[in-house]
Amino acid sequence: MSGSDDVAAVFEQLPERVNGNAPLVRRGRFLDVDFLIGADDIPLHVSVRQGRITNVARGPVLMRPWRFAIRASADAWARFWAPFPEPGYHDLFAMTKSGMAEVEGDLQPLMANLRYIKDVLAVPRGTEPQV
Amino acid sequence: MTVELEPIVGRYMCLTLGGRENRIYFEEAGQGIPVVCLHTAGADSRQFRHLMTDPAVTDHFRLLAFDLPWHGKSTPPVGWQDEEYRLTTEAYAETIMAFCRALELDRPVVMGCSMGGRIVLHLAGAYGDELRAVIGLEGSDHQQPWYDTDWLHRPDVHGGEVCSALISGLVAPQSPDETRWETLWSYMQSGPGVFKGDLYFYRVDSDFRDRTARIDTERCPVYLLTGEYDFSCTPEDTERTGAAIPGAEVTIMKELGHFPMSENPAQFRRYILPVLDRIRDT
Repeated sequence: MSGSDDVAAVFEQLPERVNGNAPLVRRGRFLDVDFLIGADDIPLHVSVRQGRITNVARGPVLMRPWRFAIRASADAWARFWAPFPEPGYHDLFAMTKSGMAEVEGDLQPLMANLRYIKDVLAVPRGTEPQV
Repeated sequence: MTVELEPIVGRYMCLTLGGRENRIYFEEAGQGIPVVCLHTAGADSRQFRHLMTDPAVTDHFRLLAFDLPWHGKSTPPVGWQDEEYRLTTEAYAETIMAFCRALELDRPVVMGCSMGGRIVLHLAGAYGDELRAVIGLEGSDHQQPWYDTDWLHRPDVHGGEVCSALISGLVAPQSPDETRWETLWSYMQSGPGVFKGDLYFYRVDSDFRDRTARIDTERCPVYLLTGEYDFSCTPEDTERTGAAIPGAEVTIMKELGHFPMSENPAQFRRYILPVLDRIRDT
């Protein structure tokens, strides 16, 4: 798995994977936000309500706002999801420091719920066929 | 008594630092060559508890770990409520050397992690005659920042939660859940603005690139050990620092991150025991 379509398809499974994870939903129980995930040139609009992922819409969707965006290459996301990722691909901020990922927008809801968002992004870890 | 007591003993001392009295908490275990252990920014001396209960270490070394003022069980100095805590190179070095002198430690080894791994480079240069060796864990003379520290202390973001969530990625993926989460727990507990105040030293007041080349490792040997998953103080940062210090020894540790002694004690001892043996033999 390394194509952007494959990676986007994994993100589209976030509602089932997150909403069935009670500790994770509890962790995000105060969060209502719409944010964007980017995989190569594919934008995915993710809606969170009280810690549940209520929608993932593959874009581009015209004129849909988001509070913050997290973007990386499909290849970087695939490596990030390895059971034991190699150094540099094991954490969102490892990837932003090296320039392999970008975070932009209003970061307050991200930082106030950082553990939840990082855990949501890592939910596919170890469950996907590797690069 | 049927309960098994750990060999770690904790006590308090009063140290005058910067002209002010500070109540300092420290723990110790073992007998032999004194090793003063310095915790990471925004944490406390509990990070060394595994090393302090390892007979392979404590049979030959007296390990001492104190909580910096504002950290762990050490209290901030009187009047703290109207101050912004900011650690400086001068204050950090003064605290460590005052601790060593107060306990009359004979040429101790100083082993520090992260910002502790940074300050030991300064100590090796400025106080090398008083020290047996320094060990810098996740240490370098300088490194690039990876986030804005203003996020660590503001009313609309929980400080403990964000400190822990930020540094969670510095733990290697292979580290066991139990010790990973205990490491993060200490980051959830530091006082408001304390981690940020430590990072003033780490980010602003400790670019030691101008002085590392002058360290005399014949006088005070320098050992640097960094985990391969540390993207804060990267292996490249440590290797560059080691290359600038004639005689310094650099080890890059597999399957470890920024908190080797607490995130994966079993893996860390594979790397630190040979270094301690070397110090014992010299």
